[in-house]
Amino acid sequence: MRSAVVVFPGSNRERDAIRALTSITGEAPAVVWHQDSTLPDVDLIVLPGGFSYGDYLRCGAIAARSPAMQDVARKAAAGVRVLGVCNGFQILTEAGLLPGVLMRNAHLRFICKEVKLKVANPDTDFTRAYGTEQIIRCPVAHHDGNFFADAETLARIEGEGRVAFRYAEGTNPNGSINDIAGVLNDRGNVLGMMPHPENLIEALHGGLDGRGVFESVVKSLAA
Amino acid sequence: MKARVIITLKSGVLDPQGQAIEGALKGLGFGGVEGARQGKVIDLTLAETDADAARATIAAMCDKLLANTVIENYTIDILG
Repeated sequence: MRSAVVVFPGSNRERDAIRALTSITGEAPAVVWHQDSTLPDVDLIVLPGGFSYGDYLRCGAIAARSPAMQDVARKAAAGVRVLGVCNGFQILTEAGLLPGVLMRNAHLRFICKEVKLKVANPDTDFTRAYGTEQIIRCPVAHHDGNFFADAETLARIEGEGRVAFRYAEGTNPNGSINDIAGVLNDRGNVLGMMPHPENLIEALHGGLDGRGVFESVVKSLAA
Repeated sequence: MKARVIITLKSGVLDPQGQAIEGALKGLGFGGVEGARQGKVIDLTLAETDADAARATIAAMCDKLLANTVIENYTIDILG
């Protein structure tokens, strides 16, 4: 499986993403600078976490208009899988590739801790390595992860099974509506999630629960 | 031409920063504060000299970048 990681000024989790992709796909990803207007032909594009452009204007707003993101949008429309983690999720919503918006955490504090996620839909390209309603561990580290969508959009997302992950009952760390931690586009090839699966992929991390996100994409390509 | 864009959260959208401001005002003893909502101001200087044309251009800027219309409204003031 070929993959690419897009790096923006202010990204800070790109090395974690590169390490996870190298470990799980057996091949180092291409690393693409945000000014590059063409990404290589790959099966999966990852937008890593961080604070692109210092979160100026709104989190992800400036990065979403970068040359690299224009090509990410074209490739997503052609069916290439795209995973945005944390700031990557914010960039995808700002780019209009995912619905809703990520607002300031309801309690206003930056949170950096491990949470429990429930696999809300195990029948997606990013979750098929997990079981139905499986509870997994996953770290979060963000200040603006409070997912919000208007009632009509929310009903559509829920009705179409596009919630991939929810914070497990009683553990919502940021006020996200319906405990949504990860959401898909209508075609199912773009996933954004606030938690960091790339940070729980080897024994030294203390667990392997995050591997399933990447292994699911590998499985989907083989299917 | 100078213009001012005011961006505010739509009504009904939770504004925890506004709530924190409201709480701090009450903490300082300002009674009767019934609400606080936080927004943004962006001042633009444009080469355009026609107010209507400037307004149309700024509206496009707001829709494409300056505001996230999922949660935000904007108003445009032409300052001359």
